Amino acid sequence: MFESLSTRLQDVFKSLRGETRLTPDAIEAALREIRLALLEADVNFKVVKAFIDRVRDRAMDTVDDGILRGLVPSQQVVKIVRDEMVALFGNAEGGLQPSAKRPRVILLLGLQGAGKTTTAGKLGKWLTKQGRHPLLVSTDVKRPAAIEQLNVVGRKASLRVHDPAGELEPVARARSAVAEANNLGFDVVIVDTAGRLHIDDELMRELIAIKDATDPSDRLFVADAMTGQDAIKSAGEFNARVGVTGVVLTKLDGDARGGAALSVVSVVGVPIAFAGSGERLEDLEPFHPERVVSRVLGMGDVLSLIEKAEAAITEEDAERLEEKIRANEFTLEDFRDQLKTIRRMGPLESIIGMIPGMSNMKELAENKPDEKQISRVEAIINSMTVEERRKQHIINGSRRKRIAKGSGTSVEEVNRLLKQFVQMQKMLKQLGGMAGLTGGGKKARRQATQMLRNRR
Amino acid sequence: MSVLNRLRDSLTRTKQQIVDRFDDIVRRADEPDRRSRSVDVDTIEALEEVLISADVGVAATDRIVAAVKRRPRDGSSLRDLVKQEIRAVFAAVDRPLAVTDRPKVTLVVGVNGTGKTTTVGKLANLLKNDGQRPLICAADTFRAAAVEQLEIWAQRAGVDMVRAREGSDPAAVVFDAISSGKARGRDPILVDTAGRLHTRVNLMNELEKIRRIAGREVAGAPQEVLLVLDATVGQNGVTQAREFMGAAGVNGIVLSKLDGTAKGGVAVAIATDLNLPIRYVGVGETIDDLVPFSADEYVEGLFEEKW
Ligand SMILES: Nc1nc2c(ncn2[C@@H]2O[C@H](COP(=O)(O)OP(=O)(O)OP(=O)(O)O)[C@@H](O)[C@H]2O)c(=O)[nH]1
Ligand SMILES: Nc1nc2c(ncn2[C@@H]2O[C@H](COP(=O)(O)OP(=O)(O)O)[C@@H](O)[C@H]2O)c(=O)[nH]1
Ligand SMILES: [Mg+2]
Ligand SMILES: [Mg+2]
Repeated sequence: MFESLSTRLQDVFKSLRGETRLTPDAIEAALREIRLALLEADVNFKVVKAFIDRVRDRAMDTVDDGILRGLVPSQQVVKIVRDEMVALFGNAEGGLQPSAKRPRVILLLGLQGAGKTTTAGKLGKWLTKQGRHPLLVSTDVKRPAAIEQLNVVGRKASLRVHDPAGELEPVARARSAVAEANNLGFDVVIVDTAGRLHIDDELMRELIAIKDATDPSDRLFVADAMTGQDAIKSAGEFNARVGVTGVVLTKLDGDARGGAALSVVSVVGVPIAFAGSGERLEDLEPFHPERVVSRVLGMGDVLSLIEKAEAAITEEDAERLEEKIRANEFTLEDFRDQLKTIRRMGPLESIIGMIPGMSNMKELAENKPDEKQISRVEAIINSMTVEERRKQHIINGSRRKRIAKGSGTSVEEVNRLLKQFVQMQKMLKQLGGMAGLTGGGKKARRQATQMLRNRR
Repeated sequence: MSVLNRLRDSLTRTKQQIVDRFDDIVRRADEPDRRSRSVDVDTIEALEEVLISADVGVAATDRIVAAVKRRPRDGSSLRDLVKQEIRAVFAAVDRPLAVTDRPKVTLVVGVNGTGKTTTVGKLANLLKNDGQRPLICAADTFRAAAVEQLEIWAQRAGVDMVRAREGSDPAAVVFDAISSGKARGRDPILVDTAGRLHTRVNLMNELEKIRRIAGREVAGAPQEVLLVLDATVGQNGVTQAREFMGAAGVNGIVLSKLDGTAKGGVAVAIATDLNLPIRYVGVGETIDDLVPFSADEYVEGLFEEKW
């Protein structure tokens, strides 16, 4: 359904053919695409506006400073977007901050149906695994059978649920759970609350009363990952009233883009602590910002690919290469260096798998380039003389035979390599970007893959 | 953190009244001397903001804006043009439900936590007040205390409920409910189902099985399949509607939780893209808080700020 942002950006940057620097016009065109992608991912439009301004500033800086190491323009922009988003989420890895309080009270709050009761059970289970002893209590006297729901959840997870018989006053139920925890030595109390609308003044006051009575060190706002534009209003109001200390993002097992995460974090200004990824009580884990970032952008793991490329290619390498491509001097020698770089990035299959759309391309699955094939290509290039590597057009029939023999391959393989190399050279010239696999353009990638694939 | 703080401030401090801004701009655009002029950029932008912030989505917003731009402004107000345009979307998909064989079986489906169980309770009440004799079927055999929850709603509505035999599957409960409904002269049968994400293939297949069983007992059943959408849902709502249509034959939407500040604008996109009407809206947590959908009221609400 949704085009990934990277695909969209590649289209935008087609007009930049041959350019390796960002231009102001291209940046504006890219920003329009980014804005659309974020809106489609349900990021609140005000958050989008502020965000786009930040990205514009950063991108304009690179116009002056020149290229970012080893990345084609679309990737440069993607990288800026990624960096800014990760900055917004903070670098915290999720989970709970240390607290010396005993018992530590964790209050779960949010709109109706967000996943609070389920999260209470999941969190209890998670805490048990951390060696803690949580006591659960429901203060939801509103939703039919809500107290019973938490009791069932507790039984399933082998967690103790405090359920004072006949007590139907939310604040009293919470207070009594804290007292019980003190008596019995539970070190955490998880307080489940009734879902409420942020504009329901009476229920918001009830929430404040529960907070005042239990002095919770954690006030976790539970939000549904499928939420749309309204997220900033509800999250903002809950935060204004009770001071949210963390967010739990639920239902990430679906296919929503989860832009609400960005909106919520933007208004409450605290990191996301946990992510819920299913209905089972095991389905909770500390939040990883990068995962949601690539999800919002719809880019699979292209971001980690960029990271790997950055780590593998030094700045000088990249500049040198870029210069050569521009001058149409990309040689078989450079190609061999590129292969080495690719290898430094890790197993080829996992790299291909990270390129969106590539991992499930049938053609690719059938003709997976393998490490052996790279070795053969390397062997062929190694068997050439320096002159041959630099001027591949001098490689005539007898030279081909010699090279095939020297590398333990066949003349056909040498022919194929040379033919594909010429095609690749043309492609690179056109794209003006980084070589093959790490560079932009489906076509270039396909060329590169084709060149390496294992076809007999 | 300073970036974040700045952003947060700008978001909460101003609480920029989108709709107020829209009103201002539209009022200006509607001043007599400007009525016949073409709509300016500011106005279009304000209009887009209202629609986007209501979760109408970029594509549907573009369509509505384009339509408004095309219409000649021969004295008619811009505000009315926009509202008419959205009303037209709903009018185009409005159609009565065809029910030939009885009892009518209404299947209530949706992703987790949207308000299915509550809707079944409220709907039973609404139909009973209308003189019908509904029967509730508890086919959520999965979620903790789901049956207990529905039972309380059945009591509130004063309607009988058929529950699962221990360990039986949802389709079997639906079979039981239809047989029981036939025997006791109950019509319609309102079936509550477990919340499920449309991405879970096996759970979606379960709905197909329920449909098969129902269809075997009553020709054409389930005649009505309602997808409950939470008004806060974003663009994923379109995907939900498409997937549930495919797997469960959804032929109507219930928009729940419209008593909050969310507008459920994704329903506008769903109506256009998937030809699905909204049948009811949920406006609260008490038993009377379900009302038949009215395009006029909905459109008024879309442009009104409760906040
Ligand atoms: N404010 C408001 N709350 C609603 C409305 N409809 C349902 N709710 C609340 O939303 C929450 C979830 O409702 P349920 O009916 O349990 O939702 P469900 O779809 O059956 O949930 P699962 O079966 O768990 O997937 C409950 O707290 C309801 O009281 C509505 O129209 N307005
Ligand atoms: N798929 C999925 N469903 C969830 C998740 N968390 C909660 N749910 C479901 O969402 C629905 C509402 O959850 P509940 O805990 O009752 O929400 P509450 O009203 O906030 O207490 C239930 O059907 C849960 O099973 C999640 O991470 N993934
Ligand atoms: Mg609950
Ligand atoms: Mg339910």
